[in-house]
Amino acid sequence: MLYVTTDQKLMTQSEFVNLVMPFKDKLFRLAKRLLVSTEEAEDATQEVLMKLWDKKKGIHGYRNVEAFAMTMTKNFCLDRLKSKQSGNLKLVHSNYADERSSLQKEVEVHDSVEWVGKIMENLPEQQKLVLQLRDIEEYEYDEISEMLDMKPTAVRVALSRARKAVRDQLIEKHSYGIQ
Amino acid sequence: MESNRIEQLLEKYFEAHTTEAEERDLRKYFSGDQVAEHLEPYRPMFAYFSEAKQERSVRQVPLKTRRHLYQWISVAAMVVLVAGVYFGKQYQERKEAEYAYLQTKKALGLLAANLDRGKEKVAYLHEFEETKQKIYKNN
Repeated sequence: MLYVTTDQKLMTQSEFVNLVMPFKDKLFRLAKRLLVSTEEAEDATQEVLMKLWDKKKGIHGYRNVEAFAMTMTKNFCLDRLKSKQSGNLKLVHSNYADERSSLQKEVEVHDSVEWVGKIMENLPEQQKLVLQLRDIEEYEYDEISEMLDMKPTAVRVALSRARKAVRDQLIEKHSYGIQ
Repeated sequence: MESNRIEQLLEKYFEAHTTEAEERDLRKYFSGDQVAEHLEPYRPMFAYFSEAKQERSVRQVPLKTRRHLYQWISVAAMVVLVAGVYFGKQYQERKEAEYAYLQTKKALGLLAANLDRGKEKVAYLHEFEETKQKIYKNN
């Protein structure tokens, strides 16, 4: 967790880097969870950090910069996904491409550990986010509900559904003997 | 006996009722090599979470900001403005002095021309004097 003092002095580049480096990878992993492509996730991380740098004068105003940056990343990625889907022609095309690549991936995924990642890819966005933040980044429930602007009970409900979905699909695979 | 406790934790885990410490215990148990056979199907799940946490962003973020650039542009603009005002004023003063000189020259020229004309007219006075002398002589 990262708290910033209310010191009003101007932030230097190295101070900013020191502030941001501890959670840069978390932003990247969250972006990759939503956008899938590594390249797009790097783009999103860069965009969010540059926006944050532009805001550095007001950065002291945020109690928890890390949570704020995670929320920015989530919003940025969801916007990207939305604008991708809004192109109709593209949607038809990418659906077609997706089906092919998922079939291809299914052949490639021999390892059941990798299979968990594939299962997560197909979860609803909210469940994906909650599972990422809790089981991979190990945030507290309060932090997650702040980042996602959800009630703590809603976070637990989504998390429970996500974990069960992963378990059920994993066990289904396991019983088919795909290892 | 440990697998019994793990089963209970798993049950809580899937209802999202586990604490951070309990979830750490689960991860620790499933990353070890003592996993009971009937709990083996859960292992990939926790293994994946640990593995996914290792992924790193490799790109350097360029922080040469637009704001810094704006600052330098405004400094440059200020320098140009001050220099412009300074040299502009100098130029204007020179032009004004030139204009004043020309005006003075013109005025003096006008004065000289009128003086010449005045002198020409004064020459007629001489004629008057001559005539006067002629009249005196005749008397």
